Amino acid sequence: MAKSSKGKGAISDKAKNWLWLLLSLAAALALWTLLSVLPNTSRSFPNVIVVLQQIPVMIERNVLFKDISSSLISVGLGYLLGFVIALPVAILMAWYNPFRRIVEPWIQFIRNIPPLAYVPLIVIAAGVGRKPQVIVITIATFLIMCITIYQGIINIDETLIKAARVLGAKDKDIFLRVLAPASLPFILTAVRLGASVALTTLIAAESTGAFAGLGMRIRSLNNNFETAPMLLYIIIIGIIGITVEKLIKLLERKLTGWQEKREI
Amino acid sequence: MAGEKRDIKVIIDDVRKTYMGRTGEVVALNGVSLDIRANEFVTVVGPSGCGKSTLLNIIAGLLEPTSGKVICNGVEVHGTGMDRGVVFQQYALFPWLTVKKNVMFPLNMKGIKGQEAEDLAMKYIRLVDLEKFADHYPKELSGGMKQRVAIARAYAAEPEILLMDEPFGALDAQTRTQLQQELLNTWEREMKTCFFITHDVDEALILGQRVIIMSARPGRIKEIVDIDIPYPRNQETKMTPRFLELKNHIWSQVYQEYLEVRK
Repeated sequence: MAKSSKGKGAISDKAKNWLWLLLSLAAALALWTLLSVLPNTSRSFPNVIVVLQQIPVMIERNVLFKDISSSLISVGLGYLLGFVIALPVAILMAWYNPFRRIVEPWIQFIRNIPPLAYVPLIVIAAGVGRKPQVIVITIATFLIMCITIYQGIINIDETLIKAARVLGAKDKDIFLRVLAPASLPFILTAVRLGASVALTTLIAAESTGAFAGLGMRIRSLNNNFETAPMLLYIIIIGIIGITVEKLIKLLERKLTGWQEKREI
Repeated sequence: MAGEKRDIKVIIDDVRKTYMGRTGEVVALNGVSLDIRANEFVTVVGPSGCGKSTLLNIIAGLLEPTSGKVICNGVEVHGTGMDRGVVFQQYALFPWLTVKKNVMFPLNMKGIKGQEAEDLAMKYIRLVDLEKFADHYPKELSGGMKQRVAIARAYAAEPEILLMDEPFGALDAQTRTQLQQELLNTWEREMKTCFFITHDVDEALILGQRVIIMSARPGRIKEIVDIDIPYPRNQETKMTPRFLELKNHIWSQVYQEYLEVRK
């Protein structure tokens, strides 16, 4: 039906959401504190204050910002490259059947192999440093984004294309004015899933003999059982992940708010 | 009559359409021939699988017949053309465009841009009484409103023939009745040739000057019934003896086909 004017109800709904979020956070902190006192888990989970105290420590060691920026550069580059390759490959797969028949099985096959497994091969080929990290993230993000975009394009409602045709649209119009906007939601979903994969691949990517990075640091802290800064780094990865996801969701709402319903 | 011949808008000449199914060749249409006069309102009823949608798609130029031809305005149909507009059951509005932009789509395709396109679009939106919703997105509209936008959009292309594929099939009874009435009013005013598919005998009768009854497997025309009920027609028309008589006849024919299909 017509746009329902959202008045007071919506505002209190929002407040309620925040309240629940706050509650969830408080519960998490309580659980964390509990873990930090239980004898079996206290070594792995130092309490909140101890972990927060690691921020100045890691800054003093001159690694915190270097690690964050190094990881963001690797993730960002790999992710961008993954997207730039995934978009045309997905379009080609949707458009040209023989290409899809050849390429899709590869993608499905490689997608199920944990990146950590093929990292050594990449290091042997590409050496150590930034390059192998970017390659690993590119591969992982390319796979998920290509499949998601491809699935989206082939599921575009055919009636829309028919309707455009009878309304006088030529092939070029159909591509630019129907297929492009209709696949935008899937492209954005791919971008969101890709971002999450990029971060989850970070540890594998940085096991390639990196000189800095969140994942690399966690591994090296592990050698000395420094659990407090490890936990700090883990939480930082989580914060980066959720921030990126929220930003992309905001973009989705802005660009594809016209959608009837949203999935995943 | 020679005079009548000139008024023929669409000639469907021995159209046959076969598909390759899993178990071999499926005959969707088996030699369908029909002349549609200019400004005529033809409705088509038949059980699902009788090929009525296939026929509409062939007239629209979205499908090529296996053999036979469709001639529209003296020209054989190959591909779509703006002389033939289509209204689909699933509305097929572009969800990323507002109501106004949807109606502007065919105008833009014709090269009409800017303010001129907007003004023209508003004219068609007013025709379906939705000017208040011009800047809304399809998701904010009810099914009936969406279909009215689709009709406005089809009109905006200024087709001579309107092909409608069960356009009110997904709507509730009240909305459906209302849209039937609106469609009749517009048709009487604008006088377009209408080819309207439905599975609802009442709908076929209240709208059409002729009702084409199709039979299934293979799809062909079973009977053509002239509806000699004068316009304007309205809900009370449905109570008249003549209407009920025709309804009885058509219903029994369609039901027979339905039983055939079930076998």
